[in-house]
Amino acid sequence: MPFFCFKLMSSGIVIVDYGAGNLRSVINALRTLGHEPEIGSNPRQIALAPVVILPGVGAGGAAMEALEELNLTDMLRRRVSQKMPLLGVCLGLQLLMTVTEEGGLVPCLGVVQGMVKKLPEEGKIPHMGWNQVKQVEPHPIFEGIPDNSNFYFVHSYYAEPEDSSAVVGTTDYGISFCSVLASGNLIATQFHPEKSGAMGLRFYDNFIKLALGSQTC
Amino acid sequence: MLTRRIIPCLDVKEGRVVKGTSFVQLKDAGDPVELADYYYKAGADELVFLDITATPEGRQTMASVVERISEKVFMPLTVGGGLRTIEDIQRLLRAGADKVSLNTSAVMNPRLISEGAERFGSQCMVVAIDARKNEGAVPWWQVYVSSGQQPVELDAVDWARRAVALGAGEILLTSMDADGHRAGYDIELTRAISEAVNVPVIASGGAGSLEDLYLALYEGKADAVLAASIFHYGVHTVAEAKEYLAKKGVPVRF
Repeated sequence: MPFFCFKLMSSGIVIVDYGAGNLRSVINALRTLGHEPEIGSNPRQIALAPVVILPGVGAGGAAMEALEELNLTDMLRRRVSQKMPLLGVCLGLQLLMTVTEEGGLVPCLGVVQGMVKKLPEEGKIPHMGWNQVKQVEPHPIFEGIPDNSNFYFVHSYYAEPEDSSAVVGTTDYGISFCSVLASGNLIATQFHPEKSGAMGLRFYDNFIKLALGSQTC
Repeated sequence: MLTRRIIPCLDVKEGRVVKGTSFVQLKDAGDPVELADYYYKAGADELVFLDITATPEGRQTMASVVERISEKVFMPLTVGGGLRTIEDIQRLLRAGADKVSLNTSAVMNPRLISEGAERFGSQCMVVAIDARKNEGAVPWWQVYVSSGQQPVELDAVDWARRAVALGAGEILLTSMDADGHRAGYDIELTRAISEAVNVPVIASGGAGSLEDLYLALYEGKADAVLAASIFHYGVHTVAEAKEYLAKKGVPVRF
């Protein structure tokens, strides 16, 4: 019975809280779009929620440790293998990869094959500010968002997926890196949509519509 | 290509914006929430709030102001002024600030930079440096603290390097010689710091014209320009600044 109560009261969107940074902006962005997200770190909640957002700022190694302590790594892997909607934001994109160079070589969730590497030293690090996202593959996540729109970035590492067909958006900063990844119901961005003005809100709106549209009730 | 940022700065005292903002057609030009929303819609790339409140009670007010701003303004927010402890930093980050700016407390207690960076990440630790040129046989820029009242035995370029080594993710550099004169940023100082560190540098102090913004970005090699009066007094809009910079070949966001 408590389980059903939980389901009935659920807004359907859970933002994973594993201590990595401030979630308030993500919550505010979703509220502006008319959703009332839950904040959670309960494995069952993360496993069952129709839509999960994995945000994050900070260091990859510490974040993986936190996810492991909360017993969330397997739940997140299972979500992806069951093709349940998941959005990774910033560090949340990097954590999907096989391994990160940040803090040595730290294994990550491994749901997307590839490395997380440090940005080239020629540019200032962190890569901080507004930069363009080039839509290299058409995807419904870009609905209503013009090609080369600016989004707000702040990061020192970037993900390099082995399967380039999952890379739907790229950004140039010394190199061209994957700024939007999409593979089925798994979407991830290196930028912060919650800090990227109207286009960022549109991105969240597109994701939630895609995610909820994919549910079979 | 990464665009250069235009950052309006708002001074806030006891939860109210101080310094003239009379041009803005707002119901309450002293309300930081309304002003933040105005600049968000006007195309600013980021906002800096400097809390000049002198009392601890007033500081609590700043956190609630940030909370209200982050409900409707979806762009980066930096808050500085009087932050002395990890708890002070945490309170503002939880309220919705993306970065905090440390000035006097970073000089007095450099460990605050490293502890903050370790706990919250370098990307949210901004070190603000107020500097004044010290003419002598070998000129150098001296660091001042306590709102520019107190000189300390620190060379600004050395201090910037050290702050970055401790974990600062950005430097907010104010020339006290140029500040308030609206005769241009201190280009020499800006370039010296910008070339000394591998993190973004925000130039501040002295903006009086659009050309000043251009010079700080182009000759001073700043990554961002902060300005108060040219925007607050309605001398120029953010959009005008961006159009001017774009014509000069500076990448900006529209």
